[in-house]
Amino acid sequence: MIEAFFNIEIMKAAWPIVLTGLWNTILLSLIVVPLGLLGGLILALLASIRHPLVRWPLMAWVDFFRAFPPLVLLVLLFAGLPFAGLELGGFACVAIAFFLNTGSYYGEIFRAGIDSVPAGQVEAARSTGLTRMQAMRYVVLPQAVRNVMPDLLSNTLEVVKLTSLGSVVAVPELLYEARQAQSITYNPTPIVMAAVIYFLLLWPLVRLLSRLENRALAGRR
Amino acid sequence: MATNHIVDARAIHKHFGTLHVLKGVDLKVDERELVFIIGPSGSGKSTLLRCLNRLEDPSSGSIMVDGIDMLNPKTDINHARRRIGMVFQSFNLYPHMTALGNVTLALRNVAGKARAEAEVLGRAALERVGLADRADHTPGQLSGGQQQRVAIARSIALEPRVMLFDEPTSALDPELVGSVLEVMRGLRESGMTMIVVSHEMGFARNAADRVVFMDDGLIVEQGPPAAIFENPTHERTRAFIGQIQRH
Repeated sequence: MIEAFFNIEIMKAAWPIVLTGLWNTILLSLIVVPLGLLGGLILALLASIRHPLVRWPLMAWVDFFRAFPPLVLLVLLFAGLPFAGLELGGFACVAIAFFLNTGSYYGEIFRAGIDSVPAGQVEAARSTGLTRMQAMRYVVLPQAVRNVMPDLLSNTLEVVKLTSLGSVVAVPELLYEARQAQSITYNPTPIVMAAVIYFLLLWPLVRLLSRLENRALAGRR
Repeated sequence: MATNHIVDARAIHKHFGTLHVLKGVDLKVDERELVFIIGPSGSGKSTLLRCLNRLEDPSSGSIMVDGIDMLNPKTDINHARRRIGMVFQSFNLYPHMTALGNVTLALRNVAGKARAEAEVLGRAALERVGLADRADHTPGQLSGGQQQRVAIARSIALEPRVMLFDEPTSALDPELVGSVLEVMRGLRESGMTMIVVSHEMGFARNAADRVVFMDDGLIVEQGPPAAIFENPTHERTRAFIGQIQRH
C-alpha cells in the first residue's frame, strides 16, 4: 500500500512536476475568480435596472449558464470554437467558460445581497442628492457584499475546485500535471500528492467560511 | 412661475395602482415657516412629503421648491434634492459607516467637498445636534435618539432650504423623543423652513406656525395650532384630535 500511494522516491521525482501544476492552479484561480466576480457584479447591477427589456434576457442568460454543466461548456468551447475559426487554446477556454458559468452564480449571490439592503438606505442616499449609481456604490454594495460574504466565499471554494476541469483541455494545472507524473512513473502517488495539496490549499478557506457562517448565525439570534 | 412661497405644490394626485392616495392636494409653505401635517394613518401625509422631493413621483400636479420645478424632466433632481433635507421614521443611517461618514458622504460626493473640508463641515453639523463626541461611533453603537440626530446632521450639513420630517420620533422610546424635538426646536429658531409629519401634539402646539389636517388624500382644514386644536371646524378634525388627546 505504502509503495503504491505514498512512495517517497516517486514523491521526490514527481515534486517539480506537481509544483508546476500547483502554480498553474493558483494562477488559474487568480484569473477565473476575479473574472467570475466581475461578471457577477455586472449581471447583478444590470438586474437592479428593473426594466423588462433588461430583466428577461438577463434571467434567461443566468438560468442557461447555471443549468449548463461547466464541463460540457468547456469541452464545447475547446472542441467547437476551432470549427468557427477560433483557436483559443485551453487556458482561454477555461477563462471564458468560468466567466460564463461562475459569473452567473456570483451574479445571483450579488443580486441576493443587493436585495437584502432595505429600501430606506437608497431613499436616504437619494434624498441627499446622490445619484442611483453613487447610492449603489457607497451605500448598497458595501452592505450587500457584507451580507452575502459566506456565500461568496463558498462559491469561490467551488470555483477553485472546478479549475481541475482544466485538465480535460490540457491546461497544465495541478490535476493535469499529477496525472502526467502518474503516467510516467506508473504509480498513483502523484495523484495522492495532488489531493493533499488541494486540501491544504482549500482548508484555510473552509475554516474561514465556517467562522463566517457561525458569526452570521450568531448575528441573527 | 414667480412665487414667494419656498414650497408651492398644486393639485397633487398620486395613484398606487388602483389606490388613489392623494386626491388633489395644494400646499404652500413660506420661508422660515414650520408646518405640521397631522392625520390618521393612510391619509396620505407621508406620501405628500415624499412627493415634495420626488422619492415618489406624483401622478399629476405641479411642485415648485425654492424656485425649482421639481416635476420638469429637465430638472437635475439630484441637484434639487441637495436643497431639501429629509429625515425618516426609521433613521436610515448607513450602518457600515461612522456618524461622521454618514454626514460627509453627500458633502464629498454631491457637494464636491474635499475630505478635509467635508470633515470640518460634518463635525460642525454633528456639533449642532449635540453629538460632536460621537463622530467616530457607528449607528449600532448609538441610541435611537442619537441615530435620529445624526440623520438630522446628515441633512443639515448640506445646508438645505427646506427640511422634511417623516414621523421623526415615532420609532423612538418615549424617553428619547425629547432630545430629537430639542434639536428640531433649535433648527426652527435658526430659521429653517420645516414640514413635519408627526403626532407630537405638544411640540406642534408650541412650535408650529400652522397645522394641516389631512384625511383620505385631502387637506380637510388648516390653521394656527390653537385654532386647529381648540376649535376645529370639521367633524373629522374634531374626531381625530379627540382621539389623539385621549392618549
